[in-house]
Amino acid sequence: MKKIMNDPNEIVDEMIEGMIVAHSQLIQRVPETGIIQRRAEKTGKVGIVSGGGSGHEPAHAGFVGEGMLSAAVCGAVFTSPTPDQILEAIKVADEGAGVFLIIKNYSGDIMNFEMAQELAEMEDIEVESIVVDDDVAVEDSIFTQGKRGVAGTIFVHKILGYAAQQGKSIKEIKKLAEELVPNIKSIGLALTGVTTPGASQASFTLGENEIEYGVGIHGEPGYRREKLQPSYDLAEELLTKLAEEFDVTRRFAVIINGLGGTPLMEQYVFTNDVKKLMDKDEWSIDFYKVGNFMTSLEMQGLSLTLLCLEDDFYMEALSAPVETISW
Amino acid sequence: MNMDLQTGIRWMELFNEDIQQNKDYLTQLDTPIGDSDHGNNMSRGMDQVIQAIEAESPDSLEALLKLVTSTLLSKVGGASGPLYGSAFMGMLKILKGDNTSSWDKVLRGGLDSIQKRGKAEVGDKTMVDVWAPVVKSLENKQLTHVVIEEAVEATKPLKAKKGRASYVGDRSIGHIDPGAYSSALLFQAMLKSEEK
Repeated sequence: MKKIMNDPNEIVDEMIEGMIVAHSQLIQRVPETGIIQRRAEKTGKVGIVSGGGSGHEPAHAGFVGEGMLSAAVCGAVFTSPTPDQILEAIKVADEGAGVFLIIKNYSGDIMNFEMAQELAEMEDIEVESIVVDDDVAVEDSIFTQGKRGVAGTIFVHKILGYAAQQGKSIKEIKKLAEELVPNIKSIGLALTGVTTPGASQASFTLGENEIEYGVGIHGEPGYRREKLQPSYDLAEELLTKLAEEFDVTRRFAVIINGLGGTPLMEQYVFTNDVKKLMDKDEWSIDFYKVGNFMTSLEMQGLSLTLLCLEDDFYMEALSAPVETISW
Repeated sequence: MNMDLQTGIRWMELFNEDIQQNKDYLTQLDTPIGDSDHGNNMSRGMDQVIQAIEAESPDSLEALLKLVTSTLLSKVGGASGPLYGSAFMGMLKILKGDNTSSWDKVLRGGLDSIQKRGKAEVGDKTMVDVWAPVVKSLENKQLTHVVIEEAVEATKPLKAKKGRASYVGDRSIGHIDPGAYSSALLFQAMLKSEEK
């Protein structure tokens, strides 16, 4: 696999440096760490921190900024950051009102974030957290007990980030998060596997005309392989799976998320098909987001996320302006 | 058994030696049922622990445990980092609460902490399957090298229910759990540290 890089062991460090070069007005690096912190003024509100393995850019550092994340922790490629790093992120995000952690449901992430939470509590910082498990494709996976956390995490960043900006307390944010996450469901499909920097081969391979439904963002196995279909049929498969999770008479927000190697042209074709299918079944969509938000290195494919707008606050939060690199 | 600063340092040195010697074997154990990183992770982590002990010369058992905890947490990564880190943190918490605590009580704190972190029970084919019988034998003053060896062997026929190995399900049967094996090295080293 050809990659534009130097030493694969330095790839995360060099990526962070490059992000800072390009976006120094918005973010800064906490020296000697994988932590990206926003440049916004501290105003005594709840800090919101997320993070995880790298390789999913722009998640999560692209969502650091006023109105979203206070800080993001970048681990090694597809590897959770360690508790000392997460603890440091909690400390820099703390403005005196506590810090809320957004964790994707992977065993390594959960253990490392929980440890950091305990370490922070020992230093008298109030910490609460939520685990995002929006991927309905499979139950239990290579790195996960239960369901995986994928692109729906971006909705959680936005809505909780807005809540913090509005001055909600950490307890209110916890309650909001617990109600929000069950309303978010995602499912994806892959056209290719993914090769981590420095690895000699892809984590899995698909035939020239083959796709796999339900693949995870680290190349974890999905639920079915079949011949590549037209975009409309792919959209129908994903939407049918998601429809099983919801009362379709409600109102929804949608993310069509590219996994890294799929051009925007194809993402918009797919978006158009999602809209046609949803119109046909009389779904009501109030909000769309299309682009690369939660990627898997160079994987070709995409995911579809639906958020059921149960609470008016969700839409208010999604519409509010933010200052981040990638929202 | 009695544990003090000098024995504790000796324990970590012996554990490091065993880990470095068994690095490839640990990776080999981790290959069919995990992600082949246990040998490298533990080797890197223990190498750093020894370097940290040399650099900071801890002056009490509590300081030693604290140093081991923070080093494992920051250097090991994966799942073994937080699990071993939790073990030493759990031990540290008991000792901090009462620095006259007996060593079996301290180790029991480590076991509780691993179980809390990994949510694993005895029989799930994890490091808990070595820690639990070791702590129990220590409480009964019956801990020997044989007890440890038997505990590791006993993980072989089990089906993994936690961690990455649980994903391969039935295929985990017949393999020794790598975390159980490295835990056995930890306790063998502990016994040796007392024998001198």
